[in-house]
This record gives sequence, structure tokens and C-alpha cells, in this order.
Amino acid sequence: DDSEWRLWFPVLLDRKVELYEMGWSLKDGLRDCHVAAAPYGGPIDFRKPCIRCPLTTFSPIWGPQWKSGVVKQLGWTVGDDLLCVQEDGTVLVYDLFGSFKRHFSMGNELVQSHVLEAKVFHSPYGTGIALLSGTFRFILATNIEDLKLRRLPEVPGLQGAPSCWAVLSQDRQSKVLLAAGPDLYMLDTTACTPVIPPGLTPQASSIVHMAVSFSYKYLAFFTDSGHVWMGSANLKDKLGEVETKMKTPPKQMAWCRRPKGQQPSVVVMWEKNLLVAGQCQETIQYPFVDSVLVPEMDGVRIISGSHHELLQEVPAACEEIFKIASMAPGALLLEANREYEKESQKADEYLREIKEQDLLGEAVKQCVEAAGYEHEPETQKMLLRAASFGKCFLSNFRPELFVHMCRDLRVLNAVRDYTVGIPLTLPQYPFMRRYVDPQKRVCKLLVHRKLYPLAFEICRYLKTPEYQGVSRVLKHWACCKVQQKEEADEVIARAISVKLGETAGISYSDIAAKAYECGRTELAIKLLEFEPRSGEQVPLLLKMKRSQLALSKAIESGDTDLVYTVVTYLKNEMNRGDFFMTLRNQPVALSLYRQFCKHQEPETLKDLFNQDDDHQELGNFYVRASYQEGKLETRVSLLQSAVDEYNKAKNEFAAKATEEEIRLLRFQRRVEEEKGERVLGCSLHDTLHCLLTLGLHKQAEQLYKDFRVPDKRYWWLKLTALAEKEDWEELEKFAKSKKSPIGYLPFVEVCVKHLNKYEAKKYVSKVTPEQKVKAHLAVGDLEGAAEAAIERRSEGEVSLVLSRCSATTDRTIVDRLNRARAAAAKK
Amino acid sequence: MAAHLSYGRVNLNILREAARKDLREFLDKCAGSKAIVWDEYLTGPFGLIAQYSLLKEHEVEKMFTLKGGRLPAAEVKNIIFFVRPRLELMDIIAENVISEDKMRSPRDFHILFVPRRSLLCEQRLKERGVLGSFINVDEYILDLIPYDGDLLSMESEGAFRECYLENDQTSLYHTAKGLMTLQALYGTIPQIFGKGECARHVANMMLRMKREFAGCQTQVLPVFDTLLLLDRNVDLLTPLATQLTYEGLIDEIYGINNGYVKLPPEKFAQKKQGEGEKDLPTEPKKLQLNSAEELYAEIRDKNFNAVGAALSKKAKIISAAFEERHNAKTVGEIKQFVSQLPHMQAARTSLANHTSIAELIKDITSRQKIPPPLHPGLYLTLLHFSIIVVLCCISCVPPYVSASEAFFDNLTVEQEFMTGVDTDKVNTYIEDCIAQKDPLIKILRLVCMQSVCNNGLKQKVLDYYKREILQTYGYEHILTLNNLEKTGLLKLQTSTRNNYPTIRKTLKLWMEDANEQNPNDISYVYSGYAPLSVRLTQLLARPGWRSIEEVLKMLPGPHFEERQQLPAGLHKKRQQGENRTTLVFFLGGVTYAEIAALRFLSQMEDGGTEYVIATTKLINGTTWIKSLMDRLEEPPF
Repeated sequence: DDSEWRLWFPVLLDRKVELYEMGWSLKDGLRDCHVAAAPYGGPIDFRKPCIRCPLTTFSPIWGPQWKSGVVKQLGWTVGDDLLCVQEDGTVLVYDLFGSFKRHFSMGNELVQSHVLEAKVFHSPYGTGIALLSGTFRFILATNIEDLKLRRLPEVPGLQGAPSCWAVLSQDRQSKVLLAAGPDLYMLDTTACTPVIPPGLTPQASSIVHMAVSFSYKYLAFFTDSGHVWMGSANLKDKLGEVETKMKTPPKQMAWCRRPKGQQPSVVVMWEKNLLVAGQCQETIQYPFVDSVLVPEMDGVRIISGSHHELLQEVPAACEEIFKIASMAPGALLLEANREYEKESQKADEYLREIKEQDLLGEAVKQCVEAAGYEHEPETQKMLLRAASFGKCFLSNFRPELFVHMCRDLRVLNAVRDYTVGIPLTLPQYPFMRRYVDPQKRVCKLLVHRKLYPLAFEICRYLKTPEYQGVSRVLKHWACCKVQQKEEADEVIARAISVKLGETAGISYSDIAAKAYECGRTELAIKLLEFEPRSGEQVPLLLKMKRSQLALSKAIESGDTDLVYTVVTYLKNEMNRGDFFMTLRNQPVALSLYRQFCKHQEPETLKDLFNQDDDHQELGNFYVRASYQEGKLETRVSLLQSAVDEYNKAKNEFAAKATEEEIRLLRFQRRVEEEKGERVLGCSLHDTLHCLLTLGLHKQAEQLYKDFRVPDKRYWWLKLTALAEKEDWEELEKFAKSKKSPIGYLPFVEVCVKHLNKYEAKKYVSKVTPEQKVKAHLAVGDLEGAAEAAIERRSEGEVSLVLSRCSATTDRTIVDRLNRARAAAAKK
Repeated sequence: MAAHLSYGRVNLNILREAARKDLREFLDKCAGSKAIVWDEYLTGPFGLIAQYSLLKEHEVEKMFTLKGGRLPAAEVKNIIFFVRPRLELMDIIAENVISEDKMRSPRDFHILFVPRRSLLCEQRLKERGVLGSFINVDEYILDLIPYDGDLLSMESEGAFRECYLENDQTSLYHTAKGLMTLQALYGTIPQIFGKGECARHVANMMLRMKREFAGCQTQVLPVFDTLLLLDRNVDLLTPLATQLTYEGLIDEIYGINNGYVKLPPEKFAQKKQGEGEKDLPTEPKKLQLNSAEELYAEIRDKNFNAVGAALSKKAKIISAAFEERHNAKTVGEIKQFVSQLPHMQAARTSLANHTSIAELIKDITSRQKIPPPLHPGLYLTLLHFSIIVVLCCISCVPPYVSASEAFFDNLTVEQEFMTGVDTDKVNTYIEDCIAQKDPLIKILRLVCMQSVCNNGLKQKVLDYYKREILQTYGYEHILTLNNLEKTGLLKLQTSTRNNYPTIRKTLKLWMEDANEQNPNDISYVYSGYAPLSVRLTQLLARPGWRSIEEVLKMLPGPHFEERQQLPAGLHKKRQQGENRTTLVFFLGGVTYAEIAALRFLSQMEDGGTEYVIATTKLINGTTWIKSLMDRLEEPPF
């Protein structure tokens, strides 16, 4: 392994992995450059005063000429945006490709006092900025996405800039630790507390440099005496102290440790010297060119003008396997596999040795794990082959570990490729879970770098559900595509639709919104056409003032609430005439609006009908209105309007009926005036009934003739009314007045109803033969009924009469009926 | 409490549980004690999802009915409005919120829209200046409510009116959404058939939504093989006819609401000790009717004429079971007997209840039993007890003509119309009923039926009926008549040809010898008439609609077939002899008799298809016509 060299120290094990050779070179190296690198193998930004040129490791992207003010600090956000903190407190935000996104200020006072120093830091709450003003005050923002500026309390007696300071994230808040000469202070939002690191060497008179670990758990100080103090960030415990014998303050200092690591150490860097200081008072020194340190969760990246390297503690698994003359199960298995590939018998010996100790499972695990830590695909393969070989001799080894490792490594190797340039390590990969699913996060990283094909392939490879993976990648691609100003709307729309097709979960409306944001309304409309969810199209169309289109889309969606929303919008936007015209072309919207008006704005409803010359509905409208009217005259005039409309609608029947109604109302009014009877509003039928029961026969007669009431109904009416009045005499007279159009059975029945059997019997004889049985039964004359039934030789009627007979009291009748039945049956 | 939902072909309890889960989640969102303010219309449908106990478990301490003015005092932290998205309700809510006593400790307001939130309503709340007062504005998606083991209803009363009269397709949107929810739980339905404009619209929306939700499909093995969407206006005739099944008659006479019926209490008087002082209860007897009750499940779909026999058979079985106690000798046997007692007692109560209901119905329907002539005074008293209440419900025939007589005459006319006798002339019976001012709805049902069976009425006949109705019942009904004409229930005969006889013959809508006791055809549910809608369903399953293309063209609206792609690996492998499952969705309502007919088809041994029924609302002719009437406020004088 040439690109990597290991130092087998008894106590301190570190390794340096060459990640990339830089694909570019800076004439003057990194001198006078601001350098910022994002964690998790993120992008690096180099900036010389006045020239900004953010870069990925391989292919630099040169930004435009820097024209803004003096930059004090660079930094990356968790979302891969570049922050430039300027001297006047303005923070400029650029995306990965150097396009300006936005800016914000860290406080107006800084325009006067200026920023002395600034730091960009990351915490679970997002990306924050802390800065020191010219008046030696600290200003802090924990999350720049939700900017809340905090001015930290004054440090008593602070006359000049502190010798060094750092931001800590403790107890859910961000704090500043600063050193001013011999004193150390902890600043939080409320107070300034002096602190003392335990066990700091008495030789030190001041702290000249400090470093916080990636996880905010550890602190390191560099003292003027050349000592490196290491301890916990809460300043309660001391881990160790190392004397470096260097008196010059270092250029940079960073923690180098891994989660669950054995040997936390601190990397201290001077102009020409790099030193690794461990807990156990040992140091390693590396020859060195001018570089920058980037702390990571599992090591330190070292970036120089020409190289990009990773320094980290050697992972236990790798140490076990690669340590010279190691007898660890993993090492033995690796050896076994080597022999096996050489087709040598020794393979069996090694294997047996592991098996005898019953450590084969352990060996496989070790090889798999070690493969994960290796950066060279060849080494990875070698280890995985060994694991695979070992696995064959195990019966119940769960395959997930191996399978997942192969899968993860494939993804990692792809993104580590120098053309992509994301030197992500395996421990970093799952660690990103804190934000989102690691696979999604990797996709996001790639998408931000516009590496769509790779992202697309990775999603496919990982079998991410379409709507979470591929769709997102395609959406980002499309959003990027719509910003290509040189291409015509047509071309872009077509290109997008061809590529996206009907991929599940694609939101064309989001892409359209992006296009609209870039000022390409026409393109946005074209893109919206592809959106299957009509509902999603509507808000954007309204925003773009394409209200007509919005209306048809709302209708298409079938969601009536959405239609109402657009209609309400149109109503406020348009003048009434245009609004009505629009509705006229959209029958669905029109009917909905009518419903709305019917309950909310009846007058508008009338206008709508008027506009459409819908006379039938206008007629109905007036009729309905007439019933809400108390005054007779108004009511009549409304009904008259209804008549006119019905006539226009050529609805002769309705016109006539309404005319009749007016006549009836007038008649009723007259009756009320003359006779003092309240009949207004009653139906014609009820009015007649009322007149008849009152004995106003003349008026009734008149009404009957005027309104051409059918004879039958009039007879029924009069019959019921007279019976109700118990005016039997008049009833008899009526019955004899002429031949009844309803026959005489009703007379019988109505009399019975009013409990006058005597009167009822008078009419039985007049009843037609078909109804005789019924009539007899109605008056309770079983004998008559029986006789009639037998006479008519009706089987049904005989049974009917029988059903009414009681076996004990009507013995004779029953017998007679049964005989008749039997006789009929014989025939 | 809803075990009966899981006994059917499709376990509908899954849907209910999903709905209950959503409800609990919403309630827990409003931490602390709460009071619910109900849109009264919703209480019935909610009763099918959750009882008060569920609400109580989630700290619901008070319930109020939504009405204007100030909210009643209640020491609760949260006030939750459960409402349909209607503007008029928003105004009431705004009034409630504004008039809230500022002096008292503030209460948190929440609003839960059922079945869907509405921008329009939120806008209205905003205009009234109260939208900001709500901590949660949420929606409770309750489209299809499990009503019984094989029955889903949206309990949306106005659906038919909105779709066919007002051209407001809101309920169809809810239907499509509901069907999507159903497919999320029970898998994609591979085949969709439909007949009618609304059916087409719903199918289109479903296919569109499927595209919209593409990718988020749940991987569920499809439970339903086929969905059949039917417009109510394809079959306007069936609901107009009087249903003759047991359940159908209960609904026709007393009305079943959200699964409950209220009955006149007299027949249910407790006959225990102290026979002498029998207090007649005055409160109507409220009974829940569903398949959880074994006996009811057995008899509800029978033709009423077969119910008596079934009841007496059951009575014998139950009394035999009680007699068993004499045979129980050993301690073990007695123990066994005792353990069965609760079940037997429940069966006995159930039997008693249904015997009473059957008697009530029999008084109205049976031609044979006419009260014997007695002394007039006594006669009236008797009538007063058993019949008068009933009479008011079915018709206002003067009580001297027995109710059964009126029922029978009405039925005769209906059957004449359905068989095509004299449908082109003014009918004397209708004329007489109008003359006696029988209930308007009864008249409208008959006139509409005649119109439907004659493919419209001649101008002269139509105008005559309309005039008679206006003169008798009042001119304001001109609007109702206009509504009936708009929906096609009443129409002018435009073509000279009446195609109803063709439809009747081709689809065998009239079966001369319907067997009421042991039916062999669906026509038993109307004692002769086979509901058109169910015939279409039956013919779709076998031999397929291609055989009746001609008739389908005569019925309104398009007929269509759509297929939905199933995700790979979810194709069902049918076992030999395994029945297909079809979901029949009636857009605009379904009657109990139609349901009975479909259940009959499900149970046919060689049927090959089992049906689950869904609808916007359970209807009968009366409720249906009522929903189409134009309710005018009484004239103010």
C-alpha cells in the first residue's frame, strides 16, 4: 500500500490516507487564502481576497470576480450553501455553484464596529455563526435559517481581542469559551462565568489556542508554555497533557478521534510542522507542507495546495488484521483465503486454526468490518473475498452484515470517485442518519452537485421507492433544467416530459413553480399541463393570474371546493360582466355558483338567470320570492312577474297555474273581507272545503266553476265537508241533485266514518253491484254482504265476507257462504 | 361492538377501525378535557363509527348541538366543532366564537370538518375574523361508513338532489375519494363497470386520482374483483315501488335512520307482574336493526309474507331450547344450560320484538285481516291502540277504510303500472286519492311511477295531474313538480314509442309467479317486480352486458368498462369454485329491497358472485321524493 503509511506505535496508532491529488493547482499554494470545507467530506472553498473560487476537489468551479466587501470568514451550511461573513456583518449566501442566493446581516452595530473574527459552526439545530465585534462583544446566531441574533454578555475587564475562543454546544445551547491572557470565561446568553481547566500545568501563563472536538465533547488548549491540555468540554475532567516543546502558537489545532475510538488525539499544525498528540504523552510528527485541517467525526482531513488527505486513528478491525504477525481471527482468515486462492493446502490449516478456537464468525465479522474502513477498492475486495470464503463454513451466519456492507461500499466508492469527490467514510455514512436516511442524504449531496445520473443510478441500485428516490432526483434535474435560460420553453418542456414521463410521485407543479420563480411563466404553464393532480395546478395558476385556466383545472379535479375557491377569486378579480361570461362557459362552475347564490346572494342569482335568459328559472325565482313576502300586493306583483317569465319561457301550464294562484289569492282576500274567514294562503281544495263547511255554497259553487274543478273531486269535497258538518239533510239533497260521478260507495263510507250508520244505510242500495259487498260490510250488514257476494258469484268476495264472520255468532251466514262456495267449486 | 361487520365476505371492520383510529388521533391532538359541538346531522353517521364511550375515553366531557348565540358553559379546556363544510354553519360557529365570554378562562377552539376541509369555509371564517381563534383546523375523512357486514353508506341525504337536480357533484367527489380509501385498505379493484353520467364521472375521477397517488400504492392483495357503479337515474322505477321485504316494509312504514327505527310503543308494553296496571309507554321504542341480531339477519330480506312462518319456526326452536332444562339432570348439564341462558334470553327478546313489529306491519298490509265490526265506540278505541298511529305514517285514509285496504289498493295500482296496464290514461285511484287529499308524497310516488312506466306522460295527462296537485295541495308545489321534471321522474312523452315494455320484457322485470316463500328469483322482493338495478347487476355477472346492449342504450347515460393495472405480484389466484366479489355502488341511493335482492344473488348456490353494497344513502320512495321537494317557508300570513 503505497498511498497509505502506517505507524505502528505501541500506544498511538494513526494513519494518513491519501484521498485525492488535487485536480488543480493554485499558483501560490494556500497562502493568503481563506479555506472552508464542509464536514462529511463536503465541498471545500478557497478564497483569495477579492477572488472567489469555490471548488470541489476535482473539478474546480470558478466563481465570478469577487466584488463585495472584505471577507472575514467562510463556511458551509448543512445544506451545502456557502456563507461569506463580511467585515460589516453582512453574510452572503451562495449555492454550491457560486450563484448568489441571499444575504442577511448579523446586526447593524457591526457596520460601525466591524467584525474582528467569525466562526461558522454546526449543531443539531442547524448551522450557526458566532462573531466577535470590534467592541469585543460576541454575537451569536444558532441557526441561520431561523435567524435569531443573540448578543452575549460583556466580559468584565476585556480590553483587547481574546487570545483565542471557540463555540461550544452544551445543554441545548450554544456558548462561547474564550481565553483572555491567563483567564478563561464561559459565555452563555445570560452570564459570563470564569472557568478553570482542571490540572492545567502551572508553567502555562496563558492559553493561546483551543480546539473543540467534532461532537463538542472534548476540548484542547495550547498554552504559551508549549503544552497541549486535553479534557472534557465541560471542563470537569482532564484526559491528558503533552509537552510539545514548541513555543510558537500553532496555526491550527484539531481533534482527531473516532466514535468509540481508543485513542483520542489532537492534531497541532504549524507552518511547516504537524504533530499528533495523544493522551499518553506521546507525539508523532509528520513532515509537512502548508495545509489546512478539517475536523471530521472520525478523523481530520488535511488539505494542501496539491493534496487532500485523511488522518485518522486506525480502526480496531484494520489494526487486528493488518498488524504485522497478527494472530487475530480476521488476519488468519485473510491468510487462509490467500492460500486458498493460490490453491494451497495451507488454507485448510489456517481455517482449522480459527475453527478450533470457534472464532470463524468473529473472523468473518472482522474482515467485513475492516473492508468498510478501507478506501482502496482492491483492499476492500480482498477482505470481502476472505469474508465470503469464511462464510461458506458457517451454517447460520446472518447474511445481512455482508450484503449491506457490499451495498454500502459500492455507493461509497461511487461517491468517493475523484470525478465526484465526496470523500465520505463509512462511519460518516450512517451518521448522517441524524438528518435523514443516509441513502437519501447521499442522493441529496449528489443532486446538489448536479450529479443527476449518478444519483439516479444509486437510487435504482438501492431500490429506493420511486417516489422517494428517482422522482426526487428527476425533480431536481428538472428544476435545474428550467433555469437554463438559453433554451426555448418548448424544448425544455419536451425534454422534461420525455425524461420524467409518468414516474410515480413526480410533482410537475413544483417544477412549474420553480420555472415561474425564474420568470418563465409560459414554461410554467406548459409544465403544469403534465401535472396529473389538477388540484395542485390551481394555486400556481391563480398566482400566475391564469384564472380561466385555473378554473378549468379545478373543474377537472372534481373537487368542488377548489372550484368554489377559484370562483370566489374570480369574483373579486373580475368585473361582473366578465365574471358572468366566464361562468357561462363553465357549466359546472355556474351550477355551483348558483347553489352558492341561492343560499347567500339571492339577488345575484336573479342576475345570473337574467343574463342567460333562463325564463323558466326566473319564473321559479319569483314564485319562491313571493312566498317570502308578507304583503298581498307585493306577493301578487311578484307572481305576476313569474307569469311573465313563464310566458317568455313558453311554459303555458306554469303561466296559467300562476295566474290561477293570483286569482285565488284575490278571491281569498275578498272572502276574508266579506266573511271574516281566514282562508288566505290555503290551497284551492282547502278553500273550497272551508267554504262548504261554513255553508257558503254559493261562493263554493262559483269557485268550482271558475277554477274548473273536476266534478269528481268537487263531489268528494262536498261530501266530506257536509259529513263533517253532520248536515245529513243537505247531504241527502246533494246525493239526489244528480247522478254522482264518484258513485255512492263513498257516501256510505263517509257516513260510517262519521259514525252515522243510519244515514249510511240510505245509500247502500244506490251502490253499483260491484261495490255492493263492500258497502254492506261497511255498514256492518254481514247478511247483505253475504247475499251480494253469493249473487255475484265472486270467490274473492265470498272469502272476504267469510273473513269478517265470527264462527260462533254468525254461524248461519258462514254455513251459507260455505255452501255457495262448494256449489261454485262443483261447477 | 361491531363484530357483525367482520362476518361478511369482506371484513368491513377494518374500515371502521381505520376511521376510529383517525378519530382518536384527532382527539388526542387536543390535549385536555373537551366538549364537542355537533352539527346535528353528523351525530347519526358518527354513531356507526364510535359510541360515546370512545369519546369519553379521550376526555370528551360534554356534547352540545351547534346553534347560534353563546356556547353553553362547560369547564373544559377545548371546544371542538364537528361540522360539515357548509357556509351557514360557519356563520353559526363564528357567532359562537365571537360571543364567547372574555371574562372566563379562555378555552381552545378546534374545528373538524367532515368529510373534508373546505377552503371556502375557511375563507368565510376568516372574513368573520375568527379563523385565527382555532388552534386546529382539521378534516375527518369519513366518506364510506360501514353500515353492516356487506353494506357501506355515505349517509349523504342530499346526494341525489345535488347530482341530478342541482348539478353539484360534490358528493361524487367524496364518493371517488371514499373508493380510493377503500382501495388503499382492500387493494386495487381490477375491473370497473358503470352505467350513467355520474358513474362515468366517478370512474374518471378514480382513474385520475390513481394516477395522482401513483407510487404510494399500498401493496394489498385485492379483495374486490369488480366495482359496478350505477346511477340512480338509470333505474328511477325501483325506489318508487313499495318494498315488500320485512326490512323494506319497516323502512317504508316507520323509516330506518342510521340503522335505528322508532316504533309505536304500544305493542312493546312490558307484560310482567302487575298485569292489571299496564302503563302504556309514551316514548317511541327505539331499536337498532342490523345483522348483529341473529334473528333479524335471518328474516329481514324475506318477503313479508314469509316472515310469519319463519317467526313461528323460530318460536318453536326457542321454546324447545327452554324445555331442555327439564332434561338437564346432572350438575354438568345444568351448568351447560345456564351458560346458554343469556344467549337464549336474548333470542327470546329478539323474537318478541320482531313478532310485535310483524304484527304492526301486518295490520297495515294484510288484506285478510279487517277488524270485525263492533260497537262503534269500542271500535274506535281499538283502532286507537293499534292502527291510528300507523295510519298517519302510511296514508291519511279515513280510518273507516282499513289501512290494509288502502295499502292493498295502492299496491294494486303500482303493480298495474309496472306491468304496463293503462299507464297512458289518468288513473282513477290516483284521482280519488287526490280528491281525498291523501299525503302528497304518496300521490307523487304514484304519478312519477306512472310516468316512468310509460316513458313520460301525454301532455294532457301530465297537465291534468299537475293541475290537480296544485289545486289540492297548493300552488307552491309548482316548484317541486318542476324539480321532478328536471330529474326525469316526471316527464312529457316526447317520442310516441314507449320503450318501457321492451325494457321490462328483455330484462324480465315482471315475473308472473314470484315465489314469496321459497324464492327462486329476485322478483320476490317486490312480489313480482324484479328491480331493474339488480337485474343489471345480475346480468353483468352472467352472461355479461354485451347480451343487453340494446336495452342499455335505452337507459340514460353511457355504460363503460375500465381496467386498473395491479402492481406486479398482486394478481389473485382464484381457487376452484371460489366466488368473485363485486362491489355495487348505487350513486344517489339504494333501497332495502334492492339490497335484499343482491343478498339473495350472493346466496344463490351457483351464483358465482358475492356482493358488497355501497351507496350514498339508504332511501325509500318517500324519503327520496321528499329530498326533491322544494321546501318553502310557510307564507308569513
